[in-house]
Amino acid sequence: MMMSADSAIILGLLAPLVVALLTPFLAVRATWRDAAGPIGAVVTLFAAIHVAVDVLAGNVPTLVVANFAEGISLTFAVTPLGAIFGLVASGLWILAAIFSVGYMRGNHEKQQTRFAAFYAVAVHAALAIAWSGNLLVLFIFYEILTFSTYPLVTHKESKVARHAGRLYMGILVGTSVVLLLPAVIWVWLATGTLDFQQGGILEGYISPQAAPFLLALFAFGIGKAALMPFHRWLPAAMVAPTPVSALLHAVAVVKAGVFTMLTVVVYIFGTDFLSASGASQWLVWLASFTILASSFVAITKDDIKARLAYSTISQLSYIVLGAALASAIAVQGAALHIVMHAAGKITLFFCAGAIYVCAHVTKISDLDGQGPELKWVFGAFFLGALSIIGIPPLGGSWSKFYLMVGAVDSGMLFVLGVLGLSSLLNIYYLLEPVSRGFFRPKVKELKITLHPLVIIPPVVTAALSLLLFFFVDPFANLASMMVSP
Amino acid sequence: MVIIMTASALIQNLPALLVAIPLLLAAVVTLVPVPAFAWVISLAAVGASFVIALLLHSVTMTGVEISYYLGNWEPPWGIEFVVDSATSMTLVIMMGLAFIATLAARHLIAAEVALADCGKTYAAWLLVCGGLSGLVMTADAFNLFVFLEISALSSVILIAMGAGTDRRSLIAAFNYLIIGAVGATFYVIGIGFVYAVTGTLNMADLALRLPEIEHSIVIFVGFGFMIAGILVKAAVFPVHVWLPAAYSYAPSAVSILLAAIATKASIYVLARLIFTVFGGFPEMIGSALTMVIIPLSVMGIFVGTIMAIYESDIKKLLAQSSIAQIGYITLGFGLASKSGVAAGFIHIGNHALIKGGLFMAVAGFFTAMRNRVDLNSLIGMGHRMPITATAFVICGLSLIGLPLTAGFISKLYLVRAMLETDSYLLVGIVLASSALSLIYIWKIIEVMWMQPAAHDAPKLSENPAVYMPLWMLAGLNLWFGFDASWMVASAEFAAKALIGAGL
Repeated sequence: MMMSADSAIILGLLAPLVVALLTPFLAVRATWRDAAGPIGAVVTLFAAIHVAVDVLAGNVPTLVVANFAEGISLTFAVTPLGAIFGLVASGLWILAAIFSVGYMRGNHEKQQTRFAAFYAVAVHAALAIAWSGNLLVLFIFYEILTFSTYPLVTHKESKVARHAGRLYMGILVGTSVVLLLPAVIWVWLATGTLDFQQGGILEGYISPQAAPFLLALFAFGIGKAALMPFHRWLPAAMVAPTPVSALLHAVAVVKAGVFTMLTVVVYIFGTDFLSASGASQWLVWLASFTILASSFVAITKDDIKARLAYSTISQLSYIVLGAALASAIAVQGAALHIVMHAAGKITLFFCAGAIYVCAHVTKISDLDGQGPELKWVFGAFFLGALSIIGIPPLGGSWSKFYLMVGAVDSGMLFVLGVLGLSSLLNIYYLLEPVSRGFFRPKVKELKITLHPLVIIPPVVTAALSLLLFFFVDPFANLASMMVSP
Repeated sequence: MVIIMTASALIQNLPALLVAIPLLLAAVVTLVPVPAFAWVISLAAVGASFVIALLLHSVTMTGVEISYYLGNWEPPWGIEFVVDSATSMTLVIMMGLAFIATLAARHLIAAEVALADCGKTYAAWLLVCGGLSGLVMTADAFNLFVFLEISALSSVILIAMGAGTDRRSLIAAFNYLIIGAVGATFYVIGIGFVYAVTGTLNMADLALRLPEIEHSIVIFVGFGFMIAGILVKAAVFPVHVWLPAAYSYAPSAVSILLAAIATKASIYVLARLIFTVFGGFPEMIGSALTMVIIPLSVMGIFVGTIMAIYESDIKKLLAQSSIAQIGYITLGFGLASKSGVAAGFIHIGNHALIKGGLFMAVAGFFTAMRNRVDLNSLIGMGHRMPITATAFVICGLSLIGLPLTAGFISKLYLVRAMLETDSYLLVGIVLASSALSLIYIWKIIEVMWMQPAAHDAPKLSENPAVYMPLWMLAGLNLWFGFDASWMVASAEFAAKALIGAGL
């Protein structure tokens, strides 16, 4: 194939958009409309791989769309971190698109066309965030991602859904407008540029005393990272159909948040500047608190999706923690955790959705003894949970290992305790559904109908979690390019 | 050579045509018995005005100044029109919006105004357009009062035309008449003071002579009266009370026209008076800006936003929101820096696009369902009138300031200008209120799209005569969010013409 990486960016960004625009016209036949998603996803993954290979070769694929304002253009320029996120978002979209078809059909949901269209727009925005060339472009698509997911969150059009939608928009738009936007403009005024650069752009332009405040504007302004106390939108968003929770609220949206955080630390502040000035120490504590507090909340949740949501909040803070530690090895760990957690958590959400479609169960306490009949689903859930806990040989063990080394590197040993305790809590609340399924006597006779389209995707992503342990190299290489050219 | 001569001679005369064409055709239109003909003539007049504004802007944008002496009487004795980059940008925005509003007007006026009154309505419509153009261009302080009255009285007529559908428009028109007259009187009193000590009415001449006067207390008083009068016309908080009723009970077409262009001209006049006529008193205008304009703008932003949040009648809600948006513009001017004034001009343009679009969408809903547009009547409208509702969403997102819409550019440049002048508190205030604006737009979007309509809801049809111009505005909101270079460059030249390097 002789396509240049620059045109691969166009292809990757356009494919989801074309899917979104065609969906209303393809809606005359449900099959056509439903095929568009997976096909677009395959094209997008192809483009993302192309871009990532080019980045691995040491290039920076670049696409300038328009001159947006003085000194700032609508530019896409793929960083190694962006290549990682692009691969994750597009790769998991394929499975989520297939799962989505099975879920929406299996549940006879209304408004499937609107759903499919906005789903694709959200993926487009996520890819645009991943490949953005400067902070303003990142901000633009960060906002578009919020707005495009609103119709998905309120999909049910019920009173509960509308209230969740208000909370969702209120927190995400509120934090981004009041905190993130001034942070972006502050950087723009201080340095005269917003371009991402290896090693950061801020050193020498703002005083070390001001740096913690700027970092706070970013950390709280990026509401999608769900750092406490701005985490409430994520459990609220669980009212959305499970395909949305799986791809968007375990991968695209939340990962866009932590991706932004990591990008700001690595390419705007620069890890050297941050660790030398100690500006991010407070964030280590806050992230640690979020990790533990949300784990404790997760234990109390009986609703599968609510428990997974709090688990996600906890896991997102691992990535924020890695960014806050601001050592080379810790940010690599954070970047890897974007991949590993995505694969693991999407598996768990797929399983939750599969259980709902096949058995119409949403509570963990109702799962007693149901394991044998849904053994593939429960098996996938088991592997996904192990990966998130961080047990070898599953992918999640890599990122935890890097993060622990990073904590030692920065001399913040209490972080080891936090990570250890969190893993113990994870074992308890993530493995409970599996143990209930297999080791408790059956309490209810459920009418179970198997839908292959919702069972195959979690099995595939569980296998992916396993494979990521052995084939971590491309991601590890990209992650190391992030900190050393 | 001859061609160049005539071309430049033509350009020299354009400012006069910009006022003369609408005013003369207004007289013709009154006599035309068929509304369709009256509309064609009006459209031609406003279209010609728009073309003239564009021509003027293309000539003056980069700093050239055109002056036209009425009746060939030289200033400072005669009346002079001056068009510089600030004037021409305002003219392009006003006439462009007036043109799009006129496109939609035929269907709306036919639907809401009695047949016998249509001719008069179009005549008043043209008087507003011509009056506002004159208001912006005139370089004579007293002549400004004349244009102020022409546009205000014809606006009153237009607002009162809403009596056919809602009698409350009569009270709204009467209130506007009285409050507007008080404002205009204040302005004239102010001129009296200034004229008494300088003996001139020409703005450039005033700017030159005022600093030489010893009785500065007289000038302060005159300045106070003039500014207070214009603040009423510009609907700056707390002298905005006429605006919500006037905008919301006027006929739909009139709401669009007034919301998009009427206060903009007065805001421009405010900036012109402060920065050029009284530019020789940096201390006086400095304290007027920091102690009056900025606090009033901030209060207006919050009061308008909060009133809009608690309002359920959509036209009133949009009118309250206008109070807040006018606050953003005057706040930009209040910064008294080049980038602040530029941000104000950017928002003059963008807000005209946003509010024009929103009022036009409401006009579409109103004419389709023949029922006052409030939150209840909008339930499920996203599915009942998708074309209009989608355009409403685009303009609404632009009002909130979603990136890739025009509103975002306004917000970006306003915040940047405030950070440049180290006004951190103002940054917080503006951004917090902009986040609050999400609430009142979102509650509309929520009922339109996320609540199913009642099963017995009658079918509604959408009229291309309304949604085509509406989509022009929605498209412009997206275009100027994607490529803001024209708006930003024009605004920066405008700011340069008004305050140069700074105070």
